[in-house]
Amino acid sequence: MPAKEISKPISEATGPTGESSPLKEISVSTVETTKRIDEPPRRSKVSIKGINAWFGSKQALKNISLEIEENAATAFMGPSGCGKTTLIRCLNRMHEMTPGAKAKGQVILDGIDIYDKSIDPVIIKRRIGMVFQKPNPFPTMSIFDNVAAGLKLNGVKDKKLIKEIVEESLEGAGLWEEVKNELDKPGMGLSGGQQQRLCIARALAMQPEVLLMDEPTSALDPIASSKIEELVHQLKKHLTIIIVTHNMQQAARVADHAAFMYLGEMIEFGKTLQIFQYPKQELTEKFVSGKFG
Amino acid sequence: MSENTGKKERFHRREVQRAMVKNARKAKIIDKIVSIFAIACVILAVIPLTSILIEVIKNGIAAFNWDFFTGRPSAIGRAGGGIGPAIQGTLIVVGLATMIGAPIGILTGIYLSEFAGNGPFPNGVRFFNEVMTGLPSVVMGIVGYILIVLTLGSFSVWAGAFSLSLIMIPIVSRVTEETIKIIPNSIREAGHALGIPKWKITLFITFKSAISGVLTGVVLSIARIAGETAPLIMTILGTSLFFTGFNSPVDALPLRIWRLSSQPYESAQTQAWGAALFLIMLVLVLSVALRLLAQRRGFAVKAEI
Repeated sequence: MPAKEISKPISEATGPTGESSPLKEISVSTVETTKRIDEPPRRSKVSIKGINAWFGSKQALKNISLEIEENAATAFMGPSGCGKTTLIRCLNRMHEMTPGAKAKGQVILDGIDIYDKSIDPVIIKRRIGMVFQKPNPFPTMSIFDNVAAGLKLNGVKDKKLIKEIVEESLEGAGLWEEVKNELDKPGMGLSGGQQQRLCIARALAMQPEVLLMDEPTSALDPIASSKIEELVHQLKKHLTIIIVTHNMQQAARVADHAAFMYLGEMIEFGKTLQIFQYPKQELTEKFVSGKFG
Repeated sequence: MSENTGKKERFHRREVQRAMVKNARKAKIIDKIVSIFAIACVILAVIPLTSILIEVIKNGIAAFNWDFFTGRPSAIGRAGGGIGPAIQGTLIVVGLATMIGAPIGILTGIYLSEFAGNGPFPNGVRFFNEVMTGLPSVVMGIVGYILIVLTLGSFSVWAGAFSLSLIMIPIVSRVTEETIKIIPNSIREAGHALGIPKWKITLFITFKSAISGVLTGVVLSIARIAGETAPLIMTILGTSLFFTGFNSPVDALPLRIWRLSSQPYESAQTQAWGAALFLIMLVLVLSVALRLLAQRRGFAVKAEI
């Protein structure tokens, strides 16, 4: 994972002290990584083609197209109100559930357009998991039931299977060791970071192919946030992850690809390394160097 | 220049602080007055409540004995006898009314909060709900009388339960709608994101999260209908016999209290007090029991969501 090794120095290099030693490390490693920047993308899992979205009469997304690589993490970043959350909510047809909101365009998941008329938006959400900005475990359910809810309410009846998946999902979300003896306690009793990992486990239990994360750490403290970031590195081995963040250091740390958005438009999209080190657009350069946003 | 602004700032700070000190003194006094006033109002409201309760207990407890709870009313003017048929009748009529009214009210509330939106039809339903809540209960009695008593040709348990359920439905639907609306949208979204069909989200996640509030509404409305007298006169009529069938008249506590208290004999008066005390206890026990049940099952919604 080249991005992971290099991301640390980058985030430090974006600070004002440009001549610190990490930067030298980068300049050495870039020699090897320049090739990788131009490497052709691997299989694309989701391709977004000309998505437009509105809230009432206000256009929130303007003709956005990009390819999301399979089993990698892609970050959408940009200042508040740039449409990154709207974009991620268009990817599982959650956007149109807001009253007055609509979306047009194509989002192709493994060759199927999820905006096709014949597609049931409910079914699509079973293949694409989502984690929200604020942890939102089901208030009346135990830890176990929170994770099992998606399976049970979608008709999975095999109790043994559910039990296995719950354990596997909690392990996948890095929460198993902390909660294995209190699975019947209410999910709301956990700390904020644990609740968020519970929500990740709940999404993982549905065996999704894509996991959408909408600013998953913005309500968490730094330690809880770093645990979630660690998790993203683990999960992207066999899951396509799309993460929205307004924190560019986070984008640099976790993402293989990054998209920079501004006022509903996609300004630049590419490998994280390229976006941070060789941004093609002036606006992107200003954003990643902390001059605005 | 900078020194001048500094001076000006210092002056402003002094002025603001002086104003705030002055204001704080005033605020403290107003604070006291308002809290004293509030406490006085609470006491004023509690005095009649407790005095009623004390009076009922003082006068009613004397009537309590085994025969009083199980026996039939004795002939007018004779001591002894009991309110057995009234207790039985109240339990049957109120129970039946709850079985009719609570599901309809709850489903109406769920419809209004989760499915209806703000169109003219749901707004019409909301408006009529409000009107029905304010309607005098005797009107419900008349409705029950005309629709059921006249149709079936006799006063009956059905008619009473029907009239009482008409009182119950708007209360329950209102409380259900309000409680479910409080459940934050993020909870519903979490359900949608798992690809759960909407009716299952509504029933097993949203409604389940709101159930303690809904139960409170049901208990409130049960308490309300258990004490209704006017609609029962026109529907179940009242009798001194135990329950004989759903198509015949039956007794109820409020009716019995009314009958007993309108008799000039002291034994009857005491029994009226006793029946009133029992009715209060019945409602109290019911609401405490339902609330405990709600807590035991962990249905209570936590404040932090």
